[in-house]
Amino acid sequence: MTAQILSAVFTIIIGVGGCVVYFWTANRLLDVIFPSRGVSGAAAIDNLRRQGYIRPWLFVGPAMLILAVYLIYPVVATLILSVHDRTGQNFVGMANYSWAFGDREFLQAIFNNILWLAVVPAACTFLGLIIAVLTDKIWWGNIAKSLVFAPLAISFVGASVIWKFVYEYRGEGQAQIGILNAIVQYFGGNPQVWISTPFWNNFFLMVILIWIQTGFAMVILSSALRGIPDETIEAATIDGASGFQIFWKIMIPQIWGTIAVVWTTITILVLKVFDIVLTMTNGQWNSNTLANLMFDWMFRGGGDFGRGAAIAVIIMLAVVPIMIWNIRQANREGGGH
Amino acid sequence: MADLTLTSVKKAYGNLNILHGIDLDIKSGEFIVFVGPSGCGKSTLLRTIAGLEEITGGTLEIAGEKVNDVPPSKRGIAMVFQSYALYPHMTVYDNMAFSMRIGRENKTEIDRRVRQAAEILQLTKYLERLPKALSGGQRQRVAIGRAIVRNPKVFLFDEPLSNLDAALRVATRIEIAKLKESMPETTMIYVTHDQVEAMTLANRIVVLKDGRIEQVGSPMELYRHPGNLFVAQFIGSPAMNILPATIEKTGQPTIVSHVGGHNVSVPVATPADAAGTKVSFGVRPEDLNIATGKDFLFEGVVDYIEQLGEVQMAYIQVGRVTEPLVAKLPGNAEIQRGGVLRLTADPGDLHIFDADGRSFARDRLAAKAA
Repeated sequence: MTAQILSAVFTIIIGVGGCVVYFWTANRLLDVIFPSRGVSGAAAIDNLRRQGYIRPWLFVGPAMLILAVYLIYPVVATLILSVHDRTGQNFVGMANYSWAFGDREFLQAIFNNILWLAVVPAACTFLGLIIAVLTDKIWWGNIAKSLVFAPLAISFVGASVIWKFVYEYRGEGQAQIGILNAIVQYFGGNPQVWISTPFWNNFFLMVILIWIQTGFAMVILSSALRGIPDETIEAATIDGASGFQIFWKIMIPQIWGTIAVVWTTITILVLKVFDIVLTMTNGQWNSNTLANLMFDWMFRGGGDFGRGAAIAVIIMLAVVPIMIWNIRQANREGGGH
Repeated sequence: MADLTLTSVKKAYGNLNILHGIDLDIKSGEFIVFVGPSGCGKSTLLRTIAGLEEITGGTLEIAGEKVNDVPPSKRGIAMVFQSYALYPHMTVYDNMAFSMRIGRENKTEIDRRVRQAAEILQLTKYLERLPKALSGGQRQRVAIGRAIVRNPKVFLFDEPLSNLDAALRVATRIEIAKLKESMPETTMIYVTHDQVEAMTLANRIVVLKDGRIEQVGSPMELYRHPGNLFVAQFIGSPAMNILPATIEKTGQPTIVSHVGGHNVSVPVATPADAAGTKVSFGVRPEDLNIATGKDFLFEGVVDYIEQLGEVQMAYIQVGRVTEPLVAKLPGNAEIQRGGVLRLTADPGDLHIFDADGRSFARDRLAAKAA
């Protein structure tokens, strides 16, 4: 225990200290190479200009290096892998892609992903918005908000474990320990094997992500709602708008940008959904999604780097346009350009 | 068209009383200004009339109908907010058309009324713009336009000029005055803390303080015959000079002695039992003149002079009065800092207030005779 704490402290010191040493030394070195004192006026001005040109790169350099190693290199490597065979040695052209679009499992995963995309961002945003509006009007609103927000702190795997218990199935006649089946049985229904019922099991998995992400949507939208000037709502009241009309015609349009950001942020998350599927069904019973399928091909059954990489590239191509739009929208919201 | 009657209207938030029972009769077509210092409840009073705040006691009637529980949109009122409160996602046209669309008016009628209002307010060119592409003055005109198209019985203005710069404020003030002229039937209620707006726009001014009405009257009534010390000092700029004084002789006129040492005859009637009581003696800076004859009201040393060109403000230290008196004198009057100045005033311009700050009954005939 003590050793672990010591090693953690040591690591932190090395990490933070290393950064300090790097920036200090780099800065110092620059001053020594291009001195601005003790040289003639013209040379000093020249050197100051050079310093001003180089210094920003010294500071963003490490970050750019890390980005390059951990982001750009993997992207390029994945692109290259996706046009090679399972070993990554022999060039096969677009074969992996043409395989994918003929593969039943891949098409199923695409279909499921589209299903997730259609349901989860909409449900999270809608529920988040409704909860944000309603909790503003009740005295226990903050408690309710905390409860809705709490799942966001739980990891996807942890959440999946919790929901596995909710969906737990025991044979007929046995006591149901899953709350959903317990309720069904209480009302006289037959217990169901929820997560292995094809097609519908997708929705049972989606509920988990909705449960987690609604809190995120709620928090962001709640602050956006508070930013709406009261006077516009009062003016609309005087203009004769009902509560419903005020909500749809005055409030929603004013936070439309924020809604779009929340929606797209969750959309990107959904495109990458992996942990929940892996933990709950591992893609069985027609519940696979692209990310889980990629993992399957990449690391399971001996691994097929080519096909795994091809699926990864397809996910990336789907995410990038939404990401660009999302960042633009977020910048506009923040008053940036 | 629409009389407005407030009968002991009260507003409280929990235990905190904002309005302590307001009684007020507003006649159809009047331009009423609520004025008072920050926190006096003037905006709250306006908002209770609008229906944005619930009334916690008393009754509010518009056109003879009790409207305490009538929603804002059904009260026949329109409101212009200090912050304009335009709908930022709608064009000028849509902003003005919003209430009629909610009310399901037909399209040609909406179009006719929006264009008519835009014409009056010179907004026709900007109908397709969003509020963010307009200047402050234009936004305020859109807010007024949004009120006009509703064709309200009562117009409510909540400090509509406070967000404009000085020049625009004057121009918009005149526009509002003209707007009122063009709608003689419409009642307007206007909240401001600016006494110039109150004086120039109002038929009657309602001076509020701490949730109570201090005085109601025409601008000149309030200026000439303030009902109490607060109104006396609130209306007029610079504020009225107030000095401690004692009643020497009661009756009509009243003789008081003030700290300057002089006995002064003030043309107001005081009851006999007021003899010897302490009162406040007031005179406006602009009513003070340089004494030419032997008689004078005050004598003091000129402490400071503010020369404004047309007029100059002389700050005069009189006797043991700690606050210097302010006199508004002609700009070309020959006065010098440090010099001794004698001031006089017309007896009709003198005011006295009893220990509670109330003014005494004034007999105007007596004032003229004096």
